[in-house]
Amino acid sequence: MKPAPFAYVRARSLDEALGCLVADPEAKILAGGQSLVPMMNMRLARPSTLVDLNAVAELSGVDAAADGGLAIGALTRHTDLVTSPLVRERAPLLATAAAHIGHRAIRNRGTLGGSLAHADPAAELPAAVLALGATLVAAGPGGRRRIAADDFFLGLFATALAADEILVAVETPPHRDAAWGFAEVARRAGDFAIAGAAVAAIPGDVGRSARVRLVAFGVDDRPIRLTAAEIHLGDPALTPDAAAAAGAAAAGCCHPAADVHASAEYRRHLVSVLTEQVVREAAGRRAARREGESRWSQSP
Amino acid sequence: MISVRLTVNGRAVERDVPPRRSLAEFLREDLGLTGTHVGCEHGVCGACTVLVGGRSARSCLLFAAQLEDATVTTIEGLTPAAGLSALQSAFRDCHALQCGFCTPGMIVAAHELLAENPAPSREEIRAAIAGNLCMCTGYVSIVRAIEQAAAARRGGSLP
Ligand SMILES: Cc1cc2nc3c(=O)[nH]c(=O)nc-3n(C[C@H](O)[C@H](O)[C@H](O)COP(=O)(O)OP(=O)(O)OC[C@H]3O[C@@H](n4cnc5c(N)ncnc54)[C@H](O)[C@@H]3O)c2cc1C
Ligand code: FES
Ligand code: FES
Repeated sequence: MKPAPFAYVRARSLDEALGCLVADPEAKILAGGQSLVPMMNMRLARPSTLVDLNAVAELSGVDAAADGGLAIGALTRHTDLVTSPLVRERAPLLATAAAHIGHRAIRNRGTLGGSLAHADPAAELPAAVLALGATLVAAGPGGRRRIAADDFFLGLFATALAADEILVAVETPPHRDAAWGFAEVARRAGDFAIAGAAVAAIPGDVGRSARVRLVAFGVDDRPIRLTAAEIHLGDPALTPDAAAAAGAAAAGCCHPAADVHASAEYRRHLVSVLTEQVVREAAGRRAARREGESRWSQSP
Repeated sequence: MISVRLTVNGRAVERDVPPRRSLAEFLREDLGLTGTHVGCEHGVCGACTVLVGGRSARSCLLFAAQLEDATVTTIEGLTPAAGLSALQSAFRDCHALQCGFCTPGMIVAAHELLAENPAPSREEIRAAIAGNLCMCTGYVSIVRAIEQAAAARRGGSLP
């Protein structure tokens, strides 16, 4: 047996799980176990108690929201994000990002909430929820609170969740005009990305039709907004020409580290290239959608 | 100790397990199902892959205590009472194994693929086994074996 000894609780409800976290400050939530258990087997993590969420049914599943977006339970598996017709229709960026995670057996167990709470800087789902401007719902002993994705990722494996809080759901806004894109570079299929980029147009604030959010991952201590590149991408400006300008601006937004996989310069170069690529992808999808719509409205 | 009741290869099993006993150890040491191999014990090699509720999973990253009411299928459960399955004979015919360490995990991953996609492309096969490492045979003959098994299961032969 590789991990250090621990106590195991199969929680039957969210309240029971929250109670366990309050009772034992060294306790940890067990979701898919695809990040936590490797760390336990290497003894990089030694929780005193594992609070297993897998039998808490209320934490799984995908619901359609009235605004055209989604409410997705934290225990929803990566495979279900990839295959759910509702996610593919309403949050295709999230479905595509999930398809890039690891291998099938990993995606079958790993969960949306686990990936966000773990907050690996090279992970796909944190980048996707940040690009979507999603809202994360956390439950704690004092009740529930809603955290904007912009305020959730605080640094290397660090999030805004307190030790006694559980991520219960993620709310995604609708995509605007089918304008989204996702790309990453990894050495082998299923590896963590050396660098990646995601872009999404979502409904704008009052008076503006859309906001375009651009994110890079694998190139800083957390997924980062490429704000200096976003300014090239106002709603009417989501064009192939603007893609090149955004790509050029993107490299200056991140502080990549060098490691065995890639140098810092190479990562910065990738961020430029991938930014340009995802913006072109988004512009192409939007053009195809608009053409489809106008053909539809002209047909007799 | 935690008491668990689950179904393994169609048989009901009830045992008391220490919380830190992995499913892989439970299968091999408690149930004597040594077809499930243990390599890296942190999810990267795929040798320990089994089906849980019909979906592939790393048995080194699950604790036996988690599997209350679960249905687990191992390579033993994918082997007919007599002879070999289509995948197993294709692996033999195509020389898709040498030491055989990776083979049970490869066959579980391929089984899941063919159950969902009876006619996968070569690219789809490569993606499906990307999480299973083979240290000695190399992947060309493994991919060929899965193509051959897919064709055999569809009742045809390879083009
Ligand atoms: C071989 C391999 C390859 C992988 N490749 C990739 C990859 O390419 N990209 C990628 O992004 N990931 C990859 N992963 C990791 C995988 O995506 C994990 O599923 C994910 O990082 C964690 O999700 P989980 O549900 O497994 O969480 P767990 O491992 O169960 O938990 C992870 C952490 O989050 C906490 N936690 C879990 N759920 C909650 C919750 N609801 N509320 C509060 N805290 C919670 C746990 O306490 C723990 O600290 C890989 C894993 C393996 C083993
Ligand atoms: S032993 Fe489980 S993946 Fe290697
Ligand atoms: S046959 Fe030896 S590892 Fe694959």
